[in-house]
Amino acid sequence: MALLEIRNVTRRFGPLTAIDNVSLAVQAGEFFTLLGPSGCGKTTLLRMIAGFDLPDAGEILLEGADMADTPPEKRPIHTVFQSYALFPHMSVAQNIAFPLRMAGNAPEQISAKVRDALALVHLEAKGQQYPHELSGGQKQRVALARSLVNRPRLLLLDEPLGALDAKLREEMQIELIDMQREVGVTFVFVTHSQNEALALSSRIAVMNAGRVEQLDEPSRLYGFPRNRFVADFIGKINLFDGEIVAVDGERVRLRAAGLGEIEARNAAGLRPGTPATLALRPEQVRIAAIGAARDLPNRYPGKVRDFLYIGDVTTYVIDLQNGQRLQALLPNSSPGRAKFFEVGDAVTAAWPAEAGVVLTE
Amino acid sequence: MLKWLVGGPPFVFLVAFFLLPALIMVVASLRYPGEFGGLAPLVSTKPGEEAGLTLESYRVFFSDWVYFEIFAKSFGVAALTTLVCLLMAYPLAALIARSPKRYRDLMVLLVVLPFASNFLVRVYAWMIMLGPFELLFSRFAVICGMVYVHLPFMILPLYTNLEKHDPALLDAAQDLGANAWQRFWRVTFPLSLPGVFSGSALVFIPVLGMFAIPEILGGKDDWIVGNMIKESFLGTRDWPFGSMLSLMLTLAVLAVAGAASWLAGRRVSRA
Repeated sequence: MALLEIRNVTRRFGPLTAIDNVSLAVQAGEFFTLLGPSGCGKTTLLRMIAGFDLPDAGEILLEGADMADTPPEKRPIHTVFQSYALFPHMSVAQNIAFPLRMAGNAPEQISAKVRDALALVHLEAKGQQYPHELSGGQKQRVALARSLVNRPRLLLLDEPLGALDAKLREEMQIELIDMQREVGVTFVFVTHSQNEALALSSRIAVMNAGRVEQLDEPSRLYGFPRNRFVADFIGKINLFDGEIVAVDGERVRLRAAGLGEIEARNAAGLRPGTPATLALRPEQVRIAAIGAARDLPNRYPGKVRDFLYIGDVTTYVIDLQNGQRLQALLPNSSPGRAKFFEVGDAVTAAWPAEAGVVLTE
Repeated sequence: MLKWLVGGPPFVFLVAFFLLPALIMVVASLRYPGEFGGLAPLVSTKPGEEAGLTLESYRVFFSDWVYFEIFAKSFGVAALTTLVCLLMAYPLAALIARSPKRYRDLMVLLVVLPFASNFLVRVYAWMIMLGPFELLFSRFAVICGMVYVHLPFMILPLYTNLEKHDPALLDAAQDLGANAWQRFWRVTFPLSLPGVFSGSALVFIPVLGMFAIPEILGGKDDWIVGNMIKESFLGTRDWPFGSMLSLMLTLAVLAVAGAASWLAGRRVSRA
């Protein structure tokens, strides 16, 4: 049985359908992520799981029991709020002790558990300080410790890393994974950042306009997006619109305007005549001098329009002959060879038949 | 330079209209009353006339229990008024603070609307209301009038405080297992203490000096310090005694305020 099950949940606000018939299941021990642009309904769904909002239709079950009549304070579910929501009039230790006191734990038990929670988030020395004396990252840790101290069945995290700067965010990501492994609590994490989602999650539900577009493991989502929205939302992608002209076992041929035919991998339901889109990741594209890369079936001449040197990689923007712009990623694995091509160079963009996914949605 | 330009005028104002009158009051309390009211001269001009400085007013004050009793009664009335105001104002302030933003200003306007009509007219209105129920000229009527007049001074600071509370804190408390009662006592109330303290000060202190309400609504023995001071200046025309009473009231209020802030400080450091 799934730890958390969401069955056909719908939530409307006036004319707006915030959650549209969503069903999903979270297994115990998972790091589950709801990923989507702002306004996609992920926070509404999180609030319904926490109990602050109720579905108009459908059910939310925790360990098989319907939660509709259980108020937030009775659910074995805690939330880490985006603003941390630490109690400003309580010290760090008192903040962490709060859920234990509400649950009626004995004082000596409380102080032992608070000490363990402080150790979990590496803030042993900060117990007597007040929230306003802490940095953003420290507040974040206190909020986590407070939510985990009495071991809820489920921890909800609402964009918890959103307010931190980039470097700190990366550190906290690693800590979050460690922490989840250590305490064994199931996490449901809400974010609009695809990097965060890919880095942290065991599974991701990509949401858009109140619906789940795709629910999969990070590598499957990245490698095999089911539709244009997912392909575009997760990572960078090149999209070639066209029409299937031939299907032959493992391969299909897609005719894209101004480029001719592209050879790609077959997928279920493809027939000649169907309009389709090839989605190709920038790192799957090879850039070579004109006339090179003869081993690859898909080769198109173009011109270097721009390049972005990022450090570990350089992103090239190529203008193809049909006017389409293509992004290609080249790793800078040998230092000092930051760029291979100059702006204006004529190049060949090429990729193997196995690269990319053909989308029909 | 700029600091002086900005700070100068209020400084001059406070010296001229607060410090000097306070000093005048201290000196007046140490003089003899004049023959026909006012103050006797500092230097005698006629033989037999009392002049110079004396502790006579203080001697009278400290040699009769009745003044202490009136002080104690006044503090009792002020404390009760403050408590009733607090109990009535808190739910209302919380209601306004949680109302949709567009209604809040209207509600605050309604709270201060009574100020638009004359204070005495409003107190006489209470006379008309309490009269038929035989409740007039009693301690009850005095408290009614006091609470009515001072209620807005409790509501406004409380509202200003409660309005600033982050609603996420209550969500967090509920999420962590606190029921409605626990959410109030552990989160809302402790965070509203600054509002409670300033509202209480704004009610407690003016009530002590109030004389019109006990005079209009109260019975014969419902005099409080304010009435005594007023009577000293306008009735018996004993200015030194009135000044001494005012000074004693100021010192008593400062003592109460000091004790309250000491207690509050201890609370915070323990919390």
